[in-house]
Amino acid sequence: MKMKIKNGRLSPYTKNSIISYGIVIIAFVVVSVLNGMGLVSSTLQGQLVPICAYIIMAVSLNLVVGISGELSLGHAGFMSAGAFTAIVVSGMLEASDMPVIARFAIAVVCGAIVAGVLGFLIGIPVLRLRGDYLAIVTLAFGEIIKNIMNIVYAGVDSHGFHLRANPDLGLEESGRMLLNGPMGATAVQRLSTFTAGFVLVLITLFVVQNIMNSKQGRAIMACRDNRIAAESIGLNVMKYKLMAFTVSAALAGMGGALFGLNFSTLLPIKFNFNTSVLILVFVVLGGLGNIWGSIIAATILTVLPEVLRQFADYRMLAYAIVLILVMIFTYSPKIKNFTQNFMENTFRKKDKKPEAEGGAAV
Amino acid sequence: MIFLTNLINGLSLGSVYAIIALGYTMVYGISKMLNFAHGDVIMVGAYISFCATMYLNLPAWVSVILAMIVCTALGILIEGLAYRPLRGTGSLAVLITAIGVSYFLQNAALLIWGSAPKVFTSIFSALGSSISLFGGELTVTWEALFTLVAAVIIMIGMTLFTGQTKVGKAMRAVSEDNGAAQLMGINVNSTISMTFAIGSALAAIAGVLLCSSYPALMPTTGAMPGIKAFTAAVFGGIGSIPGAMLGGILIGVIEIFGRAYISSELSDAIVFGVLIIVLLVKPSGLLGKKITEKV
Amino acid sequence: MSIKFKKDDVIQNTVYDVYENYDESKSTVEDIILPERDKDKDPILDIRGLGIDFGGLTAVDEFTIAIGRTEIAGIIGPNGAGKTTIFNLLTKVYQPTRGTFLFDGKDTSGMTTTQISKMGIARTFQNIRLFDKLTVEENVKAAMHEEVNYGLASGIFHGPKYRKQEKAAHERALELLSIFDMQDLADYQASSLPYGAQRRLEIVRALATNPKVLLLDEPAAGMNPSETAELMNNIRKIRDTFGIAILLIEHDMSLVMNVCEGIAVLNFGRIIAKGTPEEIQNNPAVIEAYLGKKKEAK
Repeated sequence: MKMKIKNGRLSPYTKNSIISYGIVIIAFVVVSVLNGMGLVSSTLQGQLVPICAYIIMAVSLNLVVGISGELSLGHAGFMSAGAFTAIVVSGMLEASDMPVIARFAIAVVCGAIVAGVLGFLIGIPVLRLRGDYLAIVTLAFGEIIKNIMNIVYAGVDSHGFHLRANPDLGLEESGRMLLNGPMGATAVQRLSTFTAGFVLVLITLFVVQNIMNSKQGRAIMACRDNRIAAESIGLNVMKYKLMAFTVSAALAGMGGALFGLNFSTLLPIKFNFNTSVLILVFVVLGGLGNIWGSIIAATILTVLPEVLRQFADYRMLAYAIVLILVMIFTYSPKIKNFTQNFMENTFRKKDKKPEAEGGAAV
Repeated sequence: MIFLTNLINGLSLGSVYAIIALGYTMVYGISKMLNFAHGDVIMVGAYISFCATMYLNLPAWVSVILAMIVCTALGILIEGLAYRPLRGTGSLAVLITAIGVSYFLQNAALLIWGSAPKVFTSIFSALGSSISLFGGELTVTWEALFTLVAAVIIMIGMTLFTGQTKVGKAMRAVSEDNGAAQLMGINVNSTISMTFAIGSALAAIAGVLLCSSYPALMPTTGAMPGIKAFTAAVFGGIGSIPGAMLGGILIGVIEIFGRAYISSELSDAIVFGVLIIVLLVKPSGLLGKKITEKV
Repeated sequence: MSIKFKKDDVIQNTVYDVYENYDESKSTVEDIILPERDKDKDPILDIRGLGIDFGGLTAVDEFTIAIGRTEIAGIIGPNGAGKTTIFNLLTKVYQPTRGTFLFDGKDTSGMTTTQISKMGIARTFQNIRLFDKLTVEENVKAAMHEEVNYGLASGIFHGPKYRKQEKAAHERALELLSIFDMQDLADYQASSLPYGAQRRLEIVRALATNPKVLLLDEPAAGMNPSETAELMNNIRKIRDTFGIAILLIEHDMSLVMNVCEGIAVLNFGRIIAKGTPEEIQNNPAVIEAYLGKKKEAK
């Protein structure tokens, strides 16, 4: 038996992981330095935590759409669950004298757990469906979560925590409303910081990229590439799809918690279908299964409306046109062929395909 | 009697969904794409009709025809410019482009007509507000009645069109197998354009009917009905014309009943909840065909 | 139109000819034929009256054979005879309408594809089904999910258990690939491989599940005679090294007659002959099914 030892070559996963970590760390250092020098505009400063949250959302959605190959249109629902859970938990712990960082960590973990459990429960029925039917049901669940958040009222007083479907919580004078139905959460203590966002992005990258390069990741991708073959080698397709969906939902809950604790007020309607779609746009533009692509797409598309501010009223129109053009230029087969031929003719790339088997062994 | 009123309102709203869903389902059938911009074509149709009656003082029926013409052109334009270059690249890329088109239409409408809601005058306003039945116990609005009638006519028309005409048969052939249809000498490009044209014309009608019943017209007016209609199309089995009709009507009735008898805030959640249950029992919708992969 | 009708008539006539002229009582072959060395053990696959209908159409009926623990057996028959359907029944892609089969003495009724794979039946596909976007090595490692048995936590944190098992899996994958001398292709994306290599990779992937029975669906399709000859040697080699049974579907008669110890001939979903290669070659029903009926024969 011949054995070939790969001498020091990096696997594609390791290479891509390093790129992702690199981008995030360098961006964090650069922005922090610029911020210290007072070179970051206040609008951009306000965008830093949302950017981190959207990166987490995009990377986690990529686990479902890119790695697991299922179209999900309800990712904002998990973000919502994470955000409001974190707000409630943080609000309940406000009275205690626990350090802020511990309170934030507990709130984020709770947000992730609630969203993860929700993802697991929703995943069981949803993942039995295929393709566009699965997509529409995730959309439906996203809308249902939004609807339910619209009628949830929660508050805390010396008797503890109150949760009802109507505004009459019977709180004491000293009590505090945490969730206010369609008015959402008000007077939230803003705990999220850019550094916290950076750490959570790193955690997300760690989880998703390590899963990709593990037994579970292989199984998830195998189920995506060929369901029938995956079953034929004994993979439990439902189990692995559910695994990807649950982990993704938990990470989305984490992203939502970061997002929710960054604003003093938060409306449930913020996490509607448009937000789900926005995150999906990050994933598709960044490339399915491409983690660092998601990071860059989420960053650019979150900042883009600000950059386009000079177009004033035409800003969102310009955004739409940019989006359409980028899609056509990245995906159109004609343009792809053209650029490919152009590149080949100019640079004569080395063909990386294995040699055609002439007398190769059977 | 309240029950009957609710039922009629439900059927009427459902008819609007059904007409929109028809456009969704036809486009999906032929190009296997979820055209998320379809809901916004509805909005454009309603605005055109609104402008024609308000600013040009045209009669209502002329405004509807004008809206249909504009939307038809818009549909063909969208397909040709945004979707055709991406044909055959997988549904996700086209889906995102459709979302881009949707943003574009909404923001273009925002620039042209502003964000403040316009009060849409019902195209049936000349007929009076409503008709009374059973000695005034039951009132039915003309809008509800005509919406229902329109839906039935469109349903019959589309069934005859796809079943009997040459173009309709070409559409079915392209839906079934794009490549084979091409080999049989069917012009796939023009057939797909035709489908978008018909779907968009229907969307214009739906927009006018919707705004006649629910008169607040905004750039985002089409978004939610679009999603509901998409849900309806899937509910009935996407790709199936009778399915879209059935799905639309059921979704409308469920929504109105949910609002009336359970909870007005949760009516959408109820609609989506029923959709989920139906899909779990029948994974390809009520009238959809089950597609099995050959091993 | 008239021409078309005539053509159909001709085809239909042959259908009935075959059925009418096939007399089961005349069959000279006993129900269970096993190679000498496997005779003292129970067969690994004991298929009893397996049948499936699609709508009103009977695709496979009364399929009864037994396969020895180290036997190489073949199913042959014209196109559309139901050969691949049998593989789909054996791997529970379809649930049978009638009959069942015992695997290693255990009844498999109601099992799923996943359970069947865990018991030890692995297969390849006629139309290649690889995990296209994974590398060659990952395709093989994906099939080793039973022996690589760390949990999700290890998968996320990449602890010592992960490292140890991944290293073992890597070595085992290369070892399996070396059967077909494919270890150098380990890092290529599966879809970038040439056709023949993709077929071989499917076999390696199936072997990686540690099966007791390997089902090969037209392994020689698209191969030239020298490649087919190599494949024959490799099929024997796999049987000898792993000590497993192999059931294959093949149109290439030289391969089937050379490598198989027992052959079942299928036509219109029914077995029309069973036996050793020599018996099959001289069986009138088989000759008829392949070449058509001789006028005034017998």
